[in-house]
Amino acid sequence: MNIKRPDGRGQKDTRPMIAEVGIVPNAQGSAKFGFGDTIAIAAVYGPRKMHPQHKQNPRKGVLRCTYNMISFSVKERIRPGPSRRSSEISKVTEWALEPVVMLDQFPNMVVDVHIQILQANASTRCAGINAAAMALAQAGIPMKDLVSSISIGKLDKDLVVDVNKDEEDWEDGEGATDIAVSFTGEGKMTHMQLDGHINVKELKEATKMAQEAVKVVLEEQKKALKQPFGGNN
Amino acid sequence: MVEKTREIVVPGEIIGDSSMLPGEGTLKRGENIIAIRYGLKDSSEQLVKVIPLSGIYDPRRGNLVIGKVVMLTNGGWVVDIDSAETAFLPLSEVPRYVNKDALAEVADLDDLIIAKIDKLTKMGVDLTIKPKGLGRIDEGIIMGINPNKVPRVIGKEGSMISLIKEKTNCQIQVGQNGYVWIQGEKIDDEIVAKRAIEFVCEKSFISGLTEELNKWFEGNLK
Repeated sequence: MNIKRPDGRGQKDTRPMIAEVGIVPNAQGSAKFGFGDTIAIAAVYGPRKMHPQHKQNPRKGVLRCTYNMISFSVKERIRPGPSRRSSEISKVTEWALEPVVMLDQFPNMVVDVHIQILQANASTRCAGINAAAMALAQAGIPMKDLVSSISIGKLDKDLVVDVNKDEEDWEDGEGATDIAVSFTGEGKMTHMQLDGHINVKELKEATKMAQEAVKVVLEEQKKALKQPFGGNN
Repeated sequence: MVEKTREIVVPGEIIGDSSMLPGEGTLKRGENIIAIRYGLKDSSEQLVKVIPLSGIYDPRRGNLVIGKVVMLTNGGWVVDIDSAETAFLPLSEVPRYVNKDALAEVADLDDLIIAKIDKLTKMGVDLTIKPKGLGRIDEGIIMGINPNKVPRVIGKEGSMISLIKEKTNCQIQVGQNGYVWIQGEKIDDEIVAKRAIEFVCEKSFISGLTEELNKWFEGNLK
């Protein structure tokens, strides 16, 4: 690695992670997940009947995610409420989780996942997906696997794991590329997003790196879920 | 409950191989059996299954449930039983003749009823109050617990619940959907029974809980 990361981390080090389940008493399932200063909480409600009725699907249930950044989550206050960016991330989160959630067992139903970003320091969608997967599991929703997500950054010519805000805004050399990737526990990719520019060879390398890094995230998620008698149950 | 500690499993975790049969909450993936729910792994010699720790109530035929009337229709009552779908109690499942204009005499809006699940169809859950002892709840107290803990509260062949009944002199009906109806002579008895059930739910992971509960009663009954 030619560059020095702003917070002195190694190339493949993630920020310290926090994971906890059962933090929202009224939800069916809930979880908190954080990468350093980025903290996301997810709450799952349902399965319950989908309303309005015309949105019901008699073949399979619907997973409905809502991603929201709380106005005080960033240094400059952001306007509360849905935005173009948040609705995009909500949809992407749905796509990342849908392959593992066994929605065919809930025809005409909806499973609601509310993701709130309490503190943001880049990689919020990854933290959101990680929290959502844990919350879904804790809610007792049948799932084929867990989903873990991590971001890979390309700073100038170097690939790094788990980008923070300083790295996201990297301007030297080729600039920054931010790649958010999600994998199931089995190692199948469910989601990938890219912001910046990168060539095929580097992208393949980044994917491989993510696949390794995501194992650490998965362990953290499992550890939190296996905490005996944890949560509100 | 068997007195052994069970391991907590998470979705996607490998919990068995092809020599075992996949039970509830599991799925076969290639050579392995994986868990598809968050819960406790329970394996006997051949069968491996997952006992769920959480999740909303999943209605089964024959279950006793306690619900709240949320709508009166021409043909019967719509009842909220805390499951994903609301249940329906048709007029024909009431043991006596009811005039269509006088549905409220049997159960009015917001009344609580205790009913049995008659059948599960594609259209929803049908209830019945024909068997003896079912119908509107007029007195006593209702408490809610986690529906996944109902088997623990009832105990092996009803051992736990009959202990509570005996010690507190209360009539207790446990709905499979997580509502408990307690009816006693004195309000104090009902409160003790409620606290006993809360104690069981809180300590549900302890083995030999009936013994613990006996001790608890010694300390809490004057």
